[in-house]
Amino acid sequence: MALVGHDLNVAVDDVTYLSNVSFNFEPGRIYVLMGRTGAGKTSFMRAVSGLLPLDSGSLEFNGEDLTHTPVWKRDCAMVYQQFINYPNKTVRQNVEFPLKKAGLAGEELARRVDTYIAKVGLTEFESRKPSQLSGGQQQRVALARSLARHSRILMLDEPLMNLDFKLREQLREEFLELFRGESQSVTMYATTEITEAMMIGYEILVMHEGQILQSGKPADVFERPKDKLVAQIVNDPPMSIITATIKGSKIILASGTELPIPAHFGSLGEGTYEVGIRATDVEPSSEGAGSETGEIGFVEVSGSETVLYLHTRAGEIVVQIEGIHDYHAGQKLSVRFRPERMFAFDDNGQLLESPKLEVK
Amino acid sequence: MIVKRVITGAFITLWSFFVMMPILWALVTSIKPPEAVDIKATFIPFVDFTPTLLGWSNIFGAGGATTNLVPPLFNSIIVTGGAAAISLVLGTISAYGLSRYLFKAGFIRNADIIFFFISQRIMPPIVLSFPFFLMLRNLGLLDTHIGLILVSIGGLMPIVVWLMVDFFNGIPRELDEMATLEGYNPFEAFAKVVLPLAAPGLTVAGMFAVIFGWNDFFYPLVLTFGKVVTLPVAIVTLNATITPYWTLSAAAIFAILPLVAFAFVMERFLSKGSLSGAVR
Repeated sequence: MALVGHDLNVAVDDVTYLSNVSFNFEPGRIYVLMGRTGAGKTSFMRAVSGLLPLDSGSLEFNGEDLTHTPVWKRDCAMVYQQFINYPNKTVRQNVEFPLKKAGLAGEELARRVDTYIAKVGLTEFESRKPSQLSGGQQQRVALARSLARHSRILMLDEPLMNLDFKLREQLREEFLELFRGESQSVTMYATTEITEAMMIGYEILVMHEGQILQSGKPADVFERPKDKLVAQIVNDPPMSIITATIKGSKIILASGTELPIPAHFGSLGEGTYEVGIRATDVEPSSEGAGSETGEIGFVEVSGSETVLYLHTRAGEIVVQIEGIHDYHAGQKLSVRFRPERMFAFDDNGQLLESPKLEVK
Repeated sequence: MIVKRVITGAFITLWSFFVMMPILWALVTSIKPPEAVDIKATFIPFVDFTPTLLGWSNIFGAGGATTNLVPPLFNSIIVTGGAAAISLVLGTISAYGLSRYLFKAGFIRNADIIFFFISQRIMPPIVLSFPFFLMLRNLGLLDTHIGLILVSIGGLMPIVVWLMVDFFNGIPRELDEMATLEGYNPFEAFAKVVLPLAAPGLTVAGMFAVIFGWNDFFYPLVLTFGKVVTLPVAIVTLNATITPYWTLSAAAIFAILPLVAFAFVMERFLSKGSLSGAVR
């Protein structure tokens, strides 16, 4: 029982949308496609649903070949990033529309529709048209319409993208609750946000330029990114990557700052490496040995965190601090790193060492 | 505020007058006796002149007049109705195809195909009338309804295609995609999802097709001789050495009446905002 893809390739007019994408998805699990905008997440879903024709490769579900099955026979449900509903139909008619095609009628149809409209909390709005609903409600209609089908493949393409922050948090919880109840579908969920991916994914597939760079359990991908690129994609704010030399028992940064070598770097020989450090593992400190001083280039306050982009002689360093603080561009600031939380990459950007998982 | 309203009101009144004047003028003239036209300018019935139905009776073949506009009326209805209906069906399907699918043949792309359609209307009818004449003669379709309908489609379908491509482009593609994902094949998606949303566009395209078809003069003049005379051609034949303004006015009013009635019926389908809420 699985949805299997072998070497899917799609290119249109010399632009590569998917490149050698292979996967094996089990029903009842949520697979998160994680990547920046344009990474190929939407193309992935469109290729699986048949909306985007494959140049090569094959798709099968439970051993049944889907490669040449037309879209309307694939039994895929999709929730788009934009809230797409039939504008001339009421909420109820929207949910009914695919079910009627599937052959449901009478009591059974009514019961199914009632159940899902209730699940997304729109019972009192069922005779409204989508234009009479708020954005969050419109996306719930789309979700109800997709879930009610009990389709074997369910795809959600950044469904919370166009909602405001507060509503996104709330709907994410609700959606998660809803998906958990739908154990029969292979569920794919595309997102650009690592928090979302970590929260809902059974497995994460990190995508970039139409390729799957790495896949695995969310914590594995987050804690052991295969290379610099994956590390940058799965970290928001971005991971700082600076050049450092290991000499004796010290790590020497480009600015000359010396740090003690952490235990997990023990197997690395002397030489020059690229070292990654998460923004949360850098903190402001007093000036002195082991600290790095630079000028703040840019301040970003998001939610309840302050993110600083610091120009130092060691390189560009991103700092994330809990709470909202009054920093301004041009200000001098010293920071300290937590060497035990550093990642080491080789010349080709491949991961050499990553920090030990923190047990909290 | 009041000044602004007065100016607006005055402008609208003036404009309405400007638009309505020719029609009112024709209406008044149609009930004038010949002397009320020929001797001096007259304006108001019962005051300036005594109304008569002479002009109106002339267009129905009464009083020794040789013309009866009733058969041409039916010819016009058959030709315009037939051509507009076929153009609407073919044009809508073509426009949907051009809106949703990419066509490639050598250097030709969708935009070129759309331009090809529009070019049918750029060309002056006189350029096309000779080939059309020969074509219909060889097919034995000169002076027939079918012949005229065929030629008329060539002129009306471009209007429909041109208007509908734009209209379909305005309907999110995701809606038909969604319908196919939900199990409807592309034809069903078109018929059940896209077409209902395109109703206002279809109304406009249909109205344009009917209006252009109804008023077409050149092809019916060249391609028919006596059996299948349409209204515009029949009206011209009403002219004589002394221009019978009263009869021509009556004929003009008679000829636009069906269009006015049609427009009133279609207007209700021109609802606005039917697409809102499709995609936020």
